[in-house]
Amino acid sequence: MIYIYSFLFAGFVSMLGQLILDNTKLTPGHITSLFVIIGASLDIFNIYDLIVVHVGAGALVPITSFGHLLIHGGLVRASELGFVGLMMGVFDLTASGITSAIFFAFIFSLFFKPKD
Amino acid sequence: MEKKLYDKLVMSHKPIEHRGENAVIAFLIGGLVGVIGQMLVEFYSYYLHLSSSDASVFMIITLIFLASLLTALGFFDQWVKFARCGLIIPITGFAHSMTSAAIEYRKEGFITGVGANMFKLAGTVILYGVVSAYIFGFIRLIIMGGV
Repeated sequence: MIYIYSFLFAGFVSMLGQLILDNTKLTPGHITSLFVIIGASLDIFNIYDLIVVHVGAGALVPITSFGHLLIHGGLVRASELGFVGLMMGVFDLTASGITSAIFFAFIFSLFFKPKD
Repeated sequence: MEKKLYDKLVMSHKPIEHRGENAVIAFLIGGLVGVIGQMLVEFYSYYLHLSSSDASVFMIITLIFLASLLTALGFFDQWVKFARCGLIIPITGFAHSMTSAAIEYRKEGFITGVGANMFKLAGTVILYGVVSAYIFGFIRLIIMGGV
């Protein structure tokens, strides 16, 4: 059942992005930034956490989860150290994703040439 | 009057976009990536005995690795052209933008090329993600006084 929810949620977010891309003049850069902000805003009252519990990985795959993980890590640290903790924790949960993306991108740029 | 004519002329030469079709393809491909993510989470938690939060980190790294590798091999650009937001909105789009920028600007050198251009697209995601996360976190701390 969780597979169906994953499919529906990830598909719905992607379709929403495609509809925005086709019907406005926004570029993919605008849309991904917008979705990250939406993901972060949904976590003010733990709405995105609820979605993750019910939908599983389907909610973790779209870029909205990037915003959710940023604010979530910040809030965990903020419970100990307040506003300074918020700054300390923002990258806690996304560090693995950002590090791996940077690392793989650099390693592959060493070995592969652009295709013309 | 001339501007109206010009607009009409431009509109008649615009390629017809199949918006409905694009949306359905994005839905199917995006959903497929979500299902693959869920399968990977269950695979890792079953075979490596990880908690579900650790398994989801492994899943994200796996997807980023696959997207970077396929971009480097040259397949992913065509897939993105086909699926559009179905592959841009999932985390694969983030990895794709970084790897393709890194490889494309390689000929301009590793500092001024790869280093300076790698975050061209991913940088906006990180910038607005961090700023909005901080502002929204601030709001939450003020409203609810903690977690």
